[in-house]
Formats: sequence, C-alpha cells, structure tokens
Amino acid sequence: MYDSFSVLIGGRAGDGVNEAGNLLGRLISRLGYRIYAEVDYPSLIRGGHNFCVVRASAQAIGARTDALDVVLALTAETVDRHRARLRSGGTLVVDAANVKDVPRGADVVAVDVVTLLKEEGAPQVMRNTCLLGAFARVAGIPWETVEDTVRKHTPREQELNLRVARRGYQAAEQRRVLPSLGRAPQAVINGNEAIGLGLARGGLEAFIAYPMTPVTGLLHFMAHYAEDFGFTVVQPESELAVMLMSLGMAYAGRRAAVCTSGGGFCLMTEGFSLSGAAELPVTVVLGQRPGPSTGLPTYTSQSELHFALHAGQGEFPRVIVAPATPLEAYEWSPAVLGLSWKYQVPGVILVDKTLCEGSFSTDAGEAMSLPVYEVAAWDGASPYKRYARTDTGVSPLAFPPLPGEAVKVDSYEHDEAGLTTEDAAETVAMQEKRLGKLVQLEHEIELLPAVKVTGPAEATTALLCWGSNGPVCEEVAAGLGLKVIRPRVLWPFPAVQMERALRGVQRTVCVEGNATGQLLSLLRLQGLDADDALRKYDGRPFSVEDLEAGLAEVLS
Amino acid sequence: MTDPVQLDSSAQNTWCPGCGNFGILTAVKGLVAALEEEGITRERIVLVSGIGCHAKIVDYLQLNTFYAIHGRTVPVATGIKLANPELTVIAHMGDGDGYGEGLEHLLFAAKRNVDITAVVHNNGVYALTTGQTSPTSRLGFPGRSTPGGNAERPMNPLELALAAGATFVARDYSRGADRLKGTLRRAVLHRGFSLVDVLQVCMTFNNLYQYYNERVAELEEHNEESRTDAQARMTEWTYGGDGRIALGVFYRDERTETFDGHVVRKPVGVGEREAAIAKILARRV
Repeated sequence: MYDSFSVLIGGRAGDGVNEAGNLLGRLISRLGYRIYAEVDYPSLIRGGHNFCVVRASAQAIGARTDALDVVLALTAETVDRHRARLRSGGTLVVDAANVKDVPRGADVVAVDVVTLLKEEGAPQVMRNTCLLGAFARVAGIPWETVEDTVRKHTPREQELNLRVARRGYQAAEQRRVLPSLGRAPQAVINGNEAIGLGLARGGLEAFIAYPMTPVTGLLHFMAHYAEDFGFTVVQPESELAVMLMSLGMAYAGRRAAVCTSGGGFCLMTEGFSLSGAAELPVTVVLGQRPGPSTGLPTYTSQSELHFALHAGQGEFPRVIVAPATPLEAYEWSPAVLGLSWKYQVPGVILVDKTLCEGSFSTDAGEAMSLPVYEVAAWDGASPYKRYARTDTGVSPLAFPPLPGEAVKVDSYEHDEAGLTTEDAAETVAMQEKRLGKLVQLEHEIELLPAVKVTGPAEATTALLCWGSNGPVCEEVAAGLGLKVIRPRVLWPFPAVQMERALRGVQRTVCVEGNATGQLLSLLRLQGLDADDALRKYDGRPFSVEDLEAGLAEVLS
Repeated sequence: MTDPVQLDSSAQNTWCPGCGNFGILTAVKGLVAALEEEGITRERIVLVSGIGCHAKIVDYLQLNTFYAIHGRTVPVATGIKLANPELTVIAHMGDGDGYGEGLEHLLFAAKRNVDITAVVHNNGVYALTTGQTSPTSRLGFPGRSTPGGNAERPMNPLELALAAGATFVARDYSRGADRLKGTLRRAVLHRGFSLVDVLQVCMTFNNLYQYYNERVAELEEHNEESRTDAQARMTEWTYGGDGRIALGVFYRDERTETFDGHVVRKPVGVGEREAAIAKILARRV
C-alpha cells in the first residue's frame, strides 16, 4: 500500500457532501498530492447517507483504502458508519449540534457549526464549508491555501463561504501537518469529464443521451460545454430514440456519441445491431452498475462485458475498450470514436461507476498522441455504392447531398448499392465483407498499447484485470512484487499483446468486479486461463485492503 | 422537370396487385418533381422507412434512403435532419411502425416540432406478417391474431398528433395520386413537423376500397389554422363505422419554432476545440 492520507466527509443527501468532497480534493491537490476521490450515495434526492472519500498520496493513485485518517461528520450516522475505519491516531471532526454522542476513546474535534453559521448569517447548506475549514486546521494546511482554493472553485457566495470556512478553521485544533510537496498540482477530473474531453478531442460533433447513472454526469458535461465544442446535444424520449438518432446522424456524416448504463443499453441493442448491419458508426459510453435489472443504481460493477461483447442480433464486428483511469478515458475515447468511423462499426467505451464518478489527479499532457484514423473517402466514380466491396471490407463513405447520386443504407441484407437482397451468394459476400473488417481491426488494435503490463520483468505471478480495477491491482502488486496484465482493448481481443505479456508468467489471479468471471470466460475463449480468481460484487470497488487480504489467501 | 421514371431503382416491385402502396409511390415520384420545381433538388431529399410492406418504397426509388427498423423511422429521420438541416427528410412508416411500436417517437417528434414529414401508410393491418390486428384496425376486425374479432377500438392518430403538438396534420388516401401528391407537397414544404396519415388499402388482408370510396370527401369550409375546428373535423370519423372521411389538411401552424432551428450547432475547428479542452482542464487544477 502506498503512503497515503484519507479523509471522509459524510452527511445526508442535500448536505452538499459531493461539493465538499470536490473542494477537499482540490485543496489537498494544491499541496502537490495526487488525489483519488470517490462518492458513495444511495438512489435518492434528500436524506439517506452520502459520503465522499478523498485519498491523497505522493504517488499517482486510483483506489480506496478502508482506513481513514480524518472523518468529517455532518450527521451522527456518519460517525456510526465510519468510525471503525479510523486509523489509530485518526481524528473525528464533528458538527457538534448534529453529532451529540461522540464515541469514547476517539480523538474528537467538535465544532459548533450551527452557531458559527448563525453568527455569520449563513445558510445551513454551508455546514460543509465550515467543516472543510476545520479540516484544514486539523491537517495543518495554511489558511492561505484554503482561501486560494475557495476563491478558485467556489464562485457563488464566495465571501460568505470564505467567512464560514474561516470560522471553522479558527474553531478547530491542529492535529498533524500534511506537508506541501512543493510541486505543481494537477487537474482533478472524473471519468465522465475525461470521456467528454476525449470525445471532443477526437472531433465529436453531437451527443445524444437519456439520463442514467453513472453516466448522467457525462450528459451534463456535454450539455454544459456544447457551445464551446459546437456539439449538438439532444436528450430524446428514450434510449431507443437515442441510438436511432445517432445512426441518422452518422448517415448524414455527423460524428455522434451516446451514453447509458445496462438498462438503457438493453433498449439500444436493436439499434446497435442496425449499426452493425448498415455499417453506420456510433460510439456508446456504457457505464456499468450492478444488475440484474435496476440493481444498485448508484454503485459499481463490471458485469456488462459479455453484454457488450454479444449485444445485438446477428454477427458483426465491434470495438470494446475499457479504460481504467480518467487519463486512459481521455486517451482512448477518441480512439474508439476514430476506429468506429474508420471501420464503420459500433464502438463501446466500457466504464463503470468507479471510473465515471471517481475523481483522479490527471496530467492530460501525459496522454498518448491522438491516433489518426482516416475515413475511406469516395473517389467520385459513379455510381456511388454505399456498400462497395473492397479488399479491406471498408466501403468508401459519402454523405448526402451527392449530386447525381443516391446514398442508400439498409437494415436488411443488401447488395453493394444498398438495395435489399435475399440472394444466398450476396448474403455470404456481404457477411464476409463486414466480418473482414474485424480482421483489419485485429491488426489495427495491435498497433496500440492494447495491453498494459506493470511490475518487475522477472515476476512470475501476475494479476489479470480490466477497467477500473487497474489502479488497485497496480498498487497492491507493487507492494508484493507482482505483475499486472490488463487488456485495455477487450474486443477485438489483443491476442498478440496478451501472449507476449503472459510469457514467463507461471501463476495468474484474475481480479474482477462481477460474480461470474467475465474476463476469465473471455480469456478461456481465447485459449488462455487463470489459476485463481478474486471477485467482488457487492457494488463497491476493491479497497487496497480487500485485495491484499484476498491475495494473501489465494497466494498462500 | 424531373421525369418520374428516372427515379426507379433496379429493384423489382413485389407489392400485391392493387396494393395502395402503388398510389403512394406514384404520388412520391410526383412529389420529388414538385420539390425540384421549388428548388429542392433530389439529392437533398432523404426518405426513411420502417419495416413492413410500406418500407419497400425506399428500395424502389433511386433516391437517398435509409431503410431502418420497425418503429424507429422517426428518430432516424430526426437524426438526419439534425445532422444536416439542409436536407429534406421524409419518414415513411406503416401504422404498426408509427402508431404501435414507434408511437412514442411520433408524439415526441410532434412535440418538439422537428422539421421532418411523417407519411404513414395506414392500412389497418399488419400485412407483411400476414394479417394481424394493428393500432388502427377497426373494432371487431377478424385478424389472424384476433380470429374472434379485434377487441380494441382503433386509435385516432390525427387527434393524438394534434394533442402532442404537431404543427401540420393531414389525412389522405392512396387512391388519387394527384391529390395525395398535393397534400404531401404541402406537408414537406411546411416548416416544422408534419403528419400525413394516408389511408392505404391492403388488397390481401384488409380490402377497404369500397368502404373508403363510399365515404371519402375533401375537407371543405375548414379553417386550417384553428385547433378547435381541426379537433372537431378529426373526430367526424373514428377510423371505423360510418361517417364522412374527410381528406386534406386539418391543422397548420407556421409560427412555432422548429427543434432543428433551436438545437443544431456548427462544429468548431481543431484549434478552438484544443483551447476549450485546455481551459476546462485548467479550471480543474
């Protein structure tokens, strides 16, 4: 486990826990730390128990620890639920009026938040700001850093927020010093924002979505920045319409992406198959959460890999990429968009709640250079054939209006011109043309860093994982001297890079956030296997401690 | 002038002899010629279809076409219009497509007033699947899925569209291609969402020629701009039983803003994009 510091803030929905968590992350980030912040909230608008944990380290991190250094409690429930997670020497900072029974034996800093707010004429919703100020004092963070952070990130009621934070700061007592690391802070962004920025970077032109956790934030982001990026943003009546509108846009030459979770993707699958048949590109951001059905809407899961692999009737090529961090989401989202257009296939950016709503310190300057994917252009030879057969299976793309020509696409089996056919030979030829693109895609993805390998070259034990489990596996493996092998591209399966990554590895543990081992089944289809499996399917990501304990058991 | 014959594709027509779709096909060919006279050249026209007998129309015409899936012709047409508002987009659909599987899309297109035209080939039966009850089948219709007679009353799509906010609602008949062409032309040139419910006869599974011929009449002495009048005239015939079947434009509103006019944005250049990304990231440091 990396040296790190974790602070939790908890309260009811509506208490501004999320906003406070954001601000805490940016405050600690200012000291030069790398941040990983997660939000945990039930599916409701008011009440319940929300909390946000900000973890800081000198190292780049992307995983939670169970152990906490400071707990900021807006409610008694926060104390009840999380006090056991406090490390020895940890501090509990409470809103005294709302947390009356403080546990015996704990180091408690009680701040009379309600009175302070009253004296400043501040509304109750600023209790979080007051505790943030108190936290800064407890952690030995200079007031100037708090002031800079609030000035930059709290544009509304700034002076009042500053006064309230200041009162909290003055009312608390210092318990430690979280020293400044004396280096420049990085941007702290979540996965949804990173996907949005990545798609913009890749030349996205339109975004269509129906709200659904955990990707609702992406819809908000795209709508908020529509003007800056020239996006046409639409929220239609259903995911059915979302998918079909995006295919209409692709037909007319506009690059569109959509986002949803498993339930919405169920509705999209008929259109997903149309994308495959009509060879109309679409990029789907699929944010996983626990199912089946409504499941745990606001929690995390890795249970849609096989759904994405097999979605839609019939057989057609697709691209599936599972980034692990906002940096990878920023790098790979434009790659999926570009590949989807180059090969006229649907593409899936397979993410989950952990990544979508988790905030990570990110240096976009480290991103791999944007791969350039040229779209096969029509040479103007008449007549234009939308499904012209070529060596690669990729037909030249052109869009209406095309003087003297007709652009015909078809969900039925069709001939090169796009006219419906039921002819046996035409059917075979067109199916082989489409599947030929999969062969091209297999070559194409091997040109990308489709498998990430970390750890000592001589290590013979490797953790196999995918998506958001990357960072926790890397952190735990670093402590144990193990390798981590993680396919970023899941389809087409990067067989060559996986084979290379597995050379010399004698023992493998497949780590997944699902109950049935979906990566493991995919590996088995490829003739690969794993010796052991660690699976978590309680809606929460693996903590560093969870994974350490699990590995201690299977590797003993 | 367009020679309508030039619009034929190489596809072989497989509609049953006497199918009402032939009348609609003839009217659409005339429509293309009429639009070209208005300066809308054929390459700017896109036809979208659902699935069913109606949908074959896109195979038969050498025009830009999107042969979509059952019920989803409206969102496809909407996407095309939003991608390029310079295109004239006509969404063909059957009554199963438009009033059954895809009713939500039709109502929302009407609600948002996207500038596309919905042409419903309404034959009151699922024909390509060989004769089941549809959303506009009359009460008691002996379809193959309802051999004892349809237990549901037909819906009145015109009333639905008007209630949802459609800014152009018309009904026509597959017999009388010239009149139909005229109605389609007005619908397409209308700025906003237009619905043309075309009573289309299915010779094989629901032959209503005699029934329609005895009842259809052009809509006369009617104020197209009055919702109240439109509502009253729409309910004279309830897609079954007796009553005069009025043909023509029931309602027209040219004042409401179109959805495409409101939401479509021009994509920005690479430089602007990169600058926006840098600005957003800097704000998050």
